[in-house]
Amino acid sequence: MVDQPTSIDIASLVKRHGATLAVDHVSLSVRRGEFFSLLGPSGAGKTSVLRMIAGFETPDEGTIRIDGRSMEAVPPNRRPVNLVFQSYALFPHLTVAENVAFGPRMQGAPRGEITSRVRVALDMVKLTSKEERLPAQLSGGEQQRVALARALVNRPAVLLLDEPLSALDQQLRQEMQVELKSIQERAGCTFVCVTHHQEEALTMSDRVAVMHQGRVLQIGSPQDLYESPTTAFVARFIGVSNELRGIVRRIDGDRALVQSPDLTGEIRIVLPIHTPVREGSAVTVLLRPERLRLSTEARGLSGEQSLAASVDKVLYSGSDRHYMVRLGERLVWNVRVPNDESGRNGLVRGNAIHVRWQVSDAVVLIE
Amino acid sequence: MKEAGGWLWRLSLANLLFLYGPIAVLIFFSFNASRLSATWQGWSLQWYRTLWANQALLAAAANSLWVATVSTLLALMLGVCLAVGLEGLSGRRQRQIEQAMLIPLVIPEVMMGVSLLLFFVLMQVPLSLTTVILGHALFNVPVVMIIVRARLRKLDPRLLEVAADLGASYWDALRHVTIPLLRPAILGAGLMAFTISLDDFIVTFFTAGPGATTLPLKVYSMIKSGMSPEINALSALFVISSMGLIGLSLLLQRR
Repeated sequence: MVDQPTSIDIASLVKRHGATLAVDHVSLSVRRGEFFSLLGPSGAGKTSVLRMIAGFETPDEGTIRIDGRSMEAVPPNRRPVNLVFQSYALFPHLTVAENVAFGPRMQGAPRGEITSRVRVALDMVKLTSKEERLPAQLSGGEQQRVALARALVNRPAVLLLDEPLSALDQQLRQEMQVELKSIQERAGCTFVCVTHHQEEALTMSDRVAVMHQGRVLQIGSPQDLYESPTTAFVARFIGVSNELRGIVRRIDGDRALVQSPDLTGEIRIVLPIHTPVREGSAVTVLLRPERLRLSTEARGLSGEQSLAASVDKVLYSGSDRHYMVRLGERLVWNVRVPNDESGRNGLVRGNAIHVRWQVSDAVVLIE
Repeated sequence: MKEAGGWLWRLSLANLLFLYGPIAVLIFFSFNASRLSATWQGWSLQWYRTLWANQALLAAAANSLWVATVSTLLALMLGVCLAVGLEGLSGRRQRQIEQAMLIPLVIPEVMMGVSLLLFFVLMQVPLSLTTVILGHALFNVPVVMIIVRARLRKLDPRLLEVAADLGASYWDALRHVTIPLLRPAILGAGLMAFTISLDDFIVTFFTAGPGATTLPLKVYSMIKSGMSPEINALSALFVISSMGLIGLSLLLQRR
């Protein structure tokens, strides 16, 4: 993956909407053939970045290069990209086949070639049987497929997707996540996808850029983002995270002891390599709910940390039990325990227990 | 609440009666066998028959259809261009031009008739059916513009972005996306303009030259020489065809 050529290269891109910076010096590069997602809450500036790549908005500063070519002053109809709109924006007066044929027709492709390309594109999204329907006669999922085919038929260097699954219901959305990924593999082009849905971004993408308030906070593989978030925002936005704020009291090799005002004792953590932590540094310790275990035993195995707690609330969700456990006056953590033993009743509210985890599972952020 | 609703209903009914009563009476008496409009002597279609034999009337009808057709086509061309062109302008200039275009709808028609007459005389254009056509096109351009713009505003602006994204130039997008989607509105506007032109009296009165008599002008001149059931029959045909056209126009616009 690493030595693959760059598809999109964005350098310190800025877009202002009045006085606010909608996009604040965004730099990123997307590799050829990659499924890349821009993830963030609404208003993070991700759609602006996408629209600037497509050419519908002009950057105030910075450059966009696609396959090495600068996109400055190149109008949308001359860019080697195609955008799939959130609302699909299918032409209501044209049939499915005519919608898909629109791009090749505008490029002046010969009639015979148009027909075969439309067939290939519809085949790719598995919609060959509905060629003659009008968009209004299709379901939401089918409209989505038409929009995809209409973009892919042009063989773009980059396919841009704006919240591609947001208009679909939950069931269909999960199906389409898998489907989109395999369509991308079949089409073999670069996908850049904007979404606010973290699960969507994680399942589909090779790499994800998390955006917040116009800035890119972190770029990495889904695993990087989940396992080693570099900011509390990323940790909170991707998955659920338990947090503990504290001060480093003592450093012992790669271990540190952190004391928190919310806890009576101290906790041991493993410091990530190269983190410039000193005694007295303020840190936030992050722990994922599924990395925590509940036990009646106070003493853990070696390399484990244990804290006394009491069960506050139990939420049963079928495959898991979610426990809210209280560790201190102001400190409640979320623990996820897989429901892997039938008939087990688990713990109830008020039970005194111990929360245990591998010290190396904690992520440390320096404030 | 219920009381007020009942009242409103009765008021609306009275209103409708007042509006359509005279027209109903007019149509009813066009089937009267009597020469006198006020007395009923049984059913007859004779006035429709004499109407059909009246050469001058048929010539006037032909004039009216010609004027309505040509002025409608003219108004459609200008109105659609304006509506589409205005979309591309900035907010303030768009409003200014739009308001200026709407003036023909609000100034008294007599004023417009007189000013057109003066204009043609000043430009030394002889009055004829052509001047009538120009006059009708003038007041129909804003009608077309309003109807087409209403439809344009309802179009998803993303459709044009998609077209551009798929490689269409401005003109391609206009030809393959905007105009096809505006088609119902354009047809509806055309029918509306056609009807207005067909029914117009005042502007026609001022801009028509000798021999350029349209149907409304003919009806007026016939009334001056006394009310005959023939006029009832003619008016009945007029009312029914106008209502049919307007109905069709509204149907097309709703699509």
